[in-house]
Amino acid sequence: MSNQTDKATLASMHADHGTTVGQPFCDNAKLSTRNVDVYYADNQAIHDVSLDIGRNEVIALIGPSGCGKSTYLRCLNRMNDTIDICKVTGQLLLDGQNIYAKNQDPVLLRARVGMVFQKPNPFPKSIYDNVAYGPRIHGLTSNKAELDDLVEESLIKAGLFKEVKDRLEAPGTGLSGGQQQRLCIARTIAVQPEVILMDEPASALDPIATAIIEELISELRKNYTIVIVTHSMQQAARVSQRTAYFHLGKLIEVGETNQIFTNPKHELTEKYITGRFG
Amino acid sequence: MTISAILFLLVLLAAFSFFMGRQKVHAVYLKQRQNSDLDVRLRVKFTLPKYFGYVAALWSLVPALLVLMVIEIVDEPIITKQLTNYMVQSNINIEENFDLYLNEIQNLDVNHIEGIDPAKVKVFEKFSDLNSIASTAKSVVVLALAILMTVFGLKKITVDLPARQYFEKAIEIILLLAASIAVLTTVGIVLSVLFESIRFFGEIPVVDFMFGTQWSPQTAIRPDQVGSSATFGAVPLFIGTMLISFVALVVAVPLGLMSAIFLSEYASSKFRSFAKPVLEILAGIPTVVYGFFAALTVAPFIRQLGESVGLSVASESALAAGLVMGIMIIPFVSSLADDVISAVPQSMREGSLGLGATKSETIIKVLIPAALPGIVGGVLLAASRAIGETMIVVMAAGLAANLTVNPLNAVTTVTVQIVTLLTGDQEFDSAKTLAAFALGLMLFLTTLVLNVIALYVVRKYREQYD
Repeated sequence: MSNQTDKATLASMHADHGTTVGQPFCDNAKLSTRNVDVYYADNQAIHDVSLDIGRNEVIALIGPSGCGKSTYLRCLNRMNDTIDICKVTGQLLLDGQNIYAKNQDPVLLRARVGMVFQKPNPFPKSIYDNVAYGPRIHGLTSNKAELDDLVEESLIKAGLFKEVKDRLEAPGTGLSGGQQQRLCIARTIAVQPEVILMDEPASALDPIATAIIEELISELRKNYTIVIVTHSMQQAARVSQRTAYFHLGKLIEVGETNQIFTNPKHELTEKYITGRFG
Repeated sequence: MTISAILFLLVLLAAFSFFMGRQKVHAVYLKQRQNSDLDVRLRVKFTLPKYFGYVAALWSLVPALLVLMVIEIVDEPIITKQLTNYMVQSNINIEENFDLYLNEIQNLDVNHIEGIDPAKVKVFEKFSDLNSIASTAKSVVVLALAILMTVFGLKKITVDLPARQYFEKAIEIILLLAASIAVLTTVGIVLSVLFESIRFFGEIPVVDFMFGTQWSPQTAIRPDQVGSSATFGAVPLFIGTMLISFVALVVAVPLGLMSAIFLSEYASSKFRSFAKPVLEILAGIPTVVYGFFAALTVAPFIRQLGESVGLSVASESALAAGLVMGIMIIPFVSSLADDVISAVPQSMREGSLGLGATKSETIIKVLIPAALPGIVGGVLLAASRAIGETMIVVMAAGLAANLTVNPLNAVTTVTVQIVTLLTGDQEFDSAKTLAAFALGLMLFLTTLVLNVIALYVVRKYREQYD
């Protein structure tokens, strides 16, 4: 097939594929999703996605813009609840518990499944208050000394403590972009989540700040399960163990990151990672 | 020729200049763009001919308008001077005030001068003569200047003229003028109030006014009248104003803020698009209707309620006026607060919700601190409305200047007293009328101080996003 594969051909190739190629499932999964459909009003954004996310693994979701990878990510902590017209169907389980069960409190879910956003969004408060925000609202610590320790520990884990230890009372919004994003990561891990969702966490950062964040992700993997959406294939290759390729709302291929980038099985995956469209 | 005719001619002339100026460079413009090759044509950059037209039009318009303005300002004193000279030369003497006499002359009608003092008629004729000379001179000078400047301006128009920059500069100056009119008006009002107040303080000591607790502005007309000594202690008025405004804000701030939070964070967009305009209609109801409502419905209700629990409530109480005023100013708080809360970036909400915060935690800890400046702005606007409100107080809280902080009593406010001081036939140099200016000045200073305090609070507690 020529390099100028037109959209119609792509669509027909896509219609052919039927089920996801590769190994979407794993044993003892942390998050397990089956037949997930997402609709924005009458517009279907996710078609029948089934995917497992293993414990302490970093899984990268890649795909062209508008392929539904962010939408899928936001289903995992019910962030889509904030959008009135959004409807999610299918089965999503966290440690075997239904995320969308009637009696599941989304607030508690989000304390277990934290999220880091594309654009650093520190609160207009001090660095300390930013990190202490989550522990305070969940009542995690019982006194000031414990809270101080937790804030310090979270900042250390996020690799930010050295840079800010002398100005914890300075506003978080005064930090550089990369520092702000690490502050947001510190804020997220201060709540002690089990899973961290990252929506293109480095796309607004320069290469040096990106490298620091990527190192941090590899470090965090020891204690957390991480789902990262990224536009940078190099980044996916560097930080993740498994990679899932989304296209037009469907999950095309899942596999070991190495295998996806060296020997993709599906033609669409190959075209995307070799940079022929996307 | 009348001013409007002159202005009309000037505009015509400016239009003419515009077309001529544009025409003058149009040929060059077309020539430069004349190339069959689109690529070459696209690369030719050129100031659009209309800008040359604008510059030409400004040349014919602006100097003429400036001169017209100057003449308009100086012609009346000159005519008056000429008239006085004439009257001295022709030995016409008047017993009355010269200003009044001049006024009469100006108001005379050519068709109704039978039976009027012949001397007056003579002066009137001279006055008409002078006026028509001035008018003709004005037209000739202004139009001649305009034509001259048009010719001059058109001569200056060449393709090398930086017409776009000139036009931009002209726009900047026009905008500056517009801004300075607002500023100068404010300064003018403040100065005039200040000077009248100084005259008032010449008669009544500042200390008596500011710290006196007795307000009864009736001065005696005859010396033997009872209660002839007026006292101007403004404290009861300011306490009354503060009391009523406080009651109003206690009603309006919580209600307004909570409805704003509901509308921006909880209500569906359908409900919001219906409820917000309805809420804003509250601000559109004439205050006299509120006053009516306060005096006839709320005040008696409060009185009955108070009596049923054994309290004595005045039939015109500060509470009734304050409650109704509070309802009136809800939209000032809610509308502004709603706007600023909605304007807080979605990423702040998601950041907070993503950490497992509930909606109300997000609102209290993130949204309100970030929206604080706007909220305080809304409250301030509401407060100034409450302080300046007159009609509701007249109807529901009365005119009695009682010094009290009990909202069940009748009180009066600064604005109400200003109205009562100035309505009716008043001479404008008695302490009684001048007191209105002093009250106005004090009110202005009070609101100013309130604003400064609010600004300080906002700076200190504001949490600024991005």
